[in-house]
Amino acid sequence: MHKKMAFSFPDEVLEHVFSFIQSDKDRNAVSMVCKSWYEIERWCRRKVFVGNCYAVSPRMVIRRFPEFRSIELKGKPHFADFNLVPDGWGGYVFPWIAEMAGAYPWLEEIRLKRMVVTDESLELIAKSFKNFKVLVLSSCEGFSTDGLAAIAASCKNLKELDLRDCEVDDLSAHWLSHFPETYASLVSLNISCLGSDEVSFSALERLVGRCTNLKTLRLNRAVPLDKIANILRHAPQLVEFGTGTYTADVRPDVYSDLAGAFSSCKELKSLSGFWDVVPDYLPAIYPVCSKLTSLNLSYATIQSPDLIKLVSHCPNLQRLLVLDYIEDSGLEVLASSCKDLQEIRVFPSDPFGAEPNVSLTEQGLVAVSLGCPKLQSVLYFCRRMSNEALVTIARNRPNFTRFRLCIIEPKTADYLTLEPLDVGFGAIVQYCKDLRRLSLSGLLTDRVFEYIGTYAKKLEMLSVAFAGDSDLGLHHVLSGCESLRKLEIRDCPFGDKALLANAAKLETMRSLWMSSCAVSFAACKLLGQKMPRLNVEVIDERGPPDTRPENCPVEKLYIYRSIAGPRFDMPPFVWTMDEDSGLRLS
Amino acid sequence: MEVGRKMANMLGTEHDLNFKETELCLGLPGGIAVVAAGNETESSSSPKTNGKRGFSETVDLKLNLQSKESTMDLNKNLDDNGSKEKSGSAKDPAKPPAKAQVVGWPPVRSYRKNIMANQKNSSEESGNSGAALVKVSMDGAPYLRKVDLKMYKSYQELSDALAKMFSSFTMGNYGPQGMIDFMNESKLMDLLNSSDYVPSYEDKDGDWMLVGDVPWQMFVHSCKRLRIMKGSEAIGLATFNDIKKNYILYFQHQEQWRNARAEPKNKILELSKRLGGSLLIGIYAKRRIMGTSL
Repeated sequence: MHKKMAFSFPDEVLEHVFSFIQSDKDRNAVSMVCKSWYEIERWCRRKVFVGNCYAVSPRMVIRRFPEFRSIELKGKPHFADFNLVPDGWGGYVFPWIAEMAGAYPWLEEIRLKRMVVTDESLELIAKSFKNFKVLVLSSCEGFSTDGLAAIAASCKNLKELDLRDCEVDDLSAHWLSHFPETYASLVSLNISCLGSDEVSFSALERLVGRCTNLKTLRLNRAVPLDKIANILRHAPQLVEFGTGTYTADVRPDVYSDLAGAFSSCKELKSLSGFWDVVPDYLPAIYPVCSKLTSLNLSYATIQSPDLIKLVSHCPNLQRLLVLDYIEDSGLEVLASSCKDLQEIRVFPSDPFGAEPNVSLTEQGLVAVSLGCPKLQSVLYFCRRMSNEALVTIARNRPNFTRFRLCIIEPKTADYLTLEPLDVGFGAIVQYCKDLRRLSLSGLLTDRVFEYIGTYAKKLEMLSVAFAGDSDLGLHHVLSGCESLRKLEIRDCPFGDKALLANAAKLETMRSLWMSSCAVSFAACKLLGQKMPRLNVEVIDERGPPDTRPENCPVEKLYIYRSIAGPRFDMPPFVWTMDEDSGLRLS
Repeated sequence: MEVGRKMANMLGTEHDLNFKETELCLGLPGGIAVVAAGNETESSSSPKTNGKRGFSETVDLKLNLQSKESTMDLNKNLDDNGSKEKSGSAKDPAKPPAKAQVVGWPPVRSYRKNIMANQKNSSEESGNSGAALVKVSMDGAPYLRKVDLKMYKSYQELSDALAKMFSSFTMGNYGPQGMIDFMNESKLMDLLNSSDYVPSYEDKDGDWMLVGDVPWQMFVHSCKRLRIMKGSEAIGLATFNDIKKNYILYFQHQEQWRNARAEPKNKILELSKRLGGSLLIGIYAKRRIMGTSL
């Protein structure tokens, strides 16, 4: 019999207690208490999260967690979203699928972000996991509608198929028809990224009609407005809906059809889509506006008056994504109508224009921050900012957890005083004690980093561009931000000193990205030699770094901790700095 | 902007003094046990003293010299980036220069950029807004690349960029206009036979064309994706597409004359590749002689 300490519980009891612990962080903490808890926990972990697919190997995961049902993997660094990571860098999911196919025939859920997913991978998923239920591909690429057809045809228990922000090769619109006629278990379908000029409407309608549990349906731009009414009538139980193109010749019969269909959807809480909006058709959604908690109008090119009208109908809005057409005036109305607002994202309608095309300034952000007491998360693109505004915002809204400000022209100073925006961002980190994510922009010196290092103790992710004066800036962040996990930097004068001096810090973080900075090849080699548990990847499209002087800065640098050692799937323009020779060619 | 920068520099130098005082050195791990299974071998009694060795002991680099140089290199880098991306800058000194597009800035996803650009272009704006990102594949290369066609002003610039990306690839001589002279068949054949690889592109109609057949701006607007293929394969592409637009096409395969337009494009290209010139000649000759229905 087991020798048990007087105050310990039998394994089954512990396992039962652990089953209530879902959060990954907590699970990790539980596993560190003692050896027996580590053992119990690893056998009963059902959901595995791997924040960097190269930090650990599939085999290691499988060895430690023999019974998981759900896996989430992330691949490329965040700056890949803005084309800073050259194609071919990596992030292939196939090796993971291949290993899991053998070990986990009962796998149910796969969630991937910024990974390369081939049709081969999708076909392998379809073939290997008989009880497969959830496939969420976020910002992934490398697959076509053929792969989707395989999933549709084979996964009899599929509940969720979500392709948000993916790049899909549209070979055939008929993949939807591969869902068998008997298949009716779909709960969530997001195909908003598909570009196909044809969508098999009849297949879509039939699918929607027979899946009576469908709660989320996000269509792609190709679905015309006059098809929406029919689809909605087949699925009045929808909670989340994304339209296709929201434009058509204005016809009263189409309008009343649409309005009627929307009013029959009593559960609708979230709307999106709205490509190419014709304002005359917007009032069709008024019947559902009072219940809406989430509204994505970020592709809707309608002007402020129409946006104001719409937003005034949505008093329960918690999340709004919108273009800067809303202007300061619209944001003021938002601030007074939507007191439950928690998240706002304002995107630029003309990001490359030299002159502002809309009247959206820092005032809009101030208005929303002052007016919406629950506001926690901001993504805001604008063309001017002042320290005064930022300090006001920080003082009035200390509950920010995510604050991302993008002043479109790099190195833009405070427009009132012409000073750097150090003090403004300093106020943000000083007052917002729970800030987890911050993106900086505008004219910034090393001082802002001093503020960040001093105050931003809960900061987990920091994005920096065109800022700082010297290595001191980077040093402040690396030495001060205790909770820092991800740091991404571009076009800043940060070099070797701060990086090398804070080498140990890098092992406590998930990753560091630096591009167009001043880190020399020699420093990269040194770091690679001295830190065996870091993968130091030099990404340089000018050719092998040893064909240039050692003190020459590298183009891009990606450092991440890993227990899997250097990877071997790198393209010719990526080198891992190794312990042995300081250079390993791929 | 200038004032701000001056001030920033002043602040920088103040802090520089402090910086030297803290004596930054290589900070090796030690002190706090991080992972349960970890076995740190580096000795260091406390986090505070972590890494406080003399920098020169651990690092061989001549840092002072290097930092100057690296700043210079950085500026050079930024300048290079700037000039590379200044493809759309206006020549007129009176107007403010059109915005030089920095890669990945502002941080807006390509999908959103392309949608905004399309909507702007429909309101007859100058073509300097947005991006024209297209995928580039090369036969035999295991991965795709992406290029923004708006970054380049001519076929030559595109050719240079592609050459850098795919180092074994060369584009043939495009002549003074930068366009392929399709009317001169022997010149065309020279081009295709001289290069190992030629670039082809898929246009808005879904047809695969040889790069260089239309003026540059028209190409930028109609190109959906690029494929760098072997010269020998491209021969079928050149003549086939050129002819396709001008004649009713029939081809003979397995003793039957078939209407080319009714067959899937891939199939015909496949056949033309396999059967080579003889198939195409069949098409060329037949023209309208064979009649309109089969």
